[in-house]
Amino acid sequence: MANLNIKDRQAGDVAILDLSGKITIGEGSVQLREAVRKLLDDGKKKILLNLGDVSYVDSSGIGELVSSYTTTNHNGGQLKLLNQTKKIHDLLTITKLLTVFESFDDEGAAVSSFK
Amino acid sequence: MTETIELSIDSKLEFVDLVASVTKSVTAKIGFEEEDASWIELAVHEAVINAIMHGNKSAADKQVDVRFVTEQDAVTVYVRDYGEGFDPAQLPDPTNSDNLLNPTGRGIFYMRTFMDEVEHSIHPEGGSVVRMRKVKRLP
Repeated sequence: MANLNIKDRQAGDVAILDLSGKITIGEGSVQLREAVRKLLDDGKKKILLNLGDVSYVDSSGIGELVSSYTTTNHNGGQLKLLNQTKKIHDLLTITKLLTVFESFDDEGAAVSSFK
Repeated sequence: MTETIELSIDSKLEFVDLVASVTKSVTAKIGFEEEDASWIELAVHEAVINAIMHGNKSAADKQVDVRFVTEQDAVTVYVRDYGEGFDPAQLPDPTNSDNLLNPTGRGIFYMRTFMDEVEHSIHPEGGSVVRMRKVKRLP
């Protein structure tokens, strides 16, 4: 069974990836990278990562969130976070990444925030 | 009274979950709060990943030795690799604005944040050892 499950759906022109499981070194991080890459290749540049069901993240997983953010930016897109768990919030806070990511607890507000 | 649990794994990421299982058992036995237990698990995970990837350079024939020394209210974890060692003082600060968007370089920072003590040293017979200690918080 995969460490990370990813389901993609669309809310208007915003692509939402519902993530569940672990974003850790190896398989989980690679799956996230490939999912974001595929959206960008398909021309979907408004990306919302729903982290509500992510049970575990390590430093590699945090690094992959950063890579997803920078890759999306470099492709002229926007990547935002939805439903951070407390652990992810703590990990982002400690490494001052909360200042980097735009993050939401409400999906409607997140979707409408994209320009 | 202290008790010791030791395990050695080949440098394969698939064995990291095995170390996590032992870590969970150790922290539960000592009675760490759930949140502290999860951060200890993350710190050990990061140390083992570093030993595999950076210490042993993922050479599957090189082992990573993990030793837990438990006390009534604390755990000390030693993670040893068989690589060439490194100077942790040379690591860039991941919270520096110039480094914020680096995809790597946060593992040791998390270890230092979540554990009470973290020390890196060179093993006299070769390889690096990281020693981490966490004391249970008073209720």
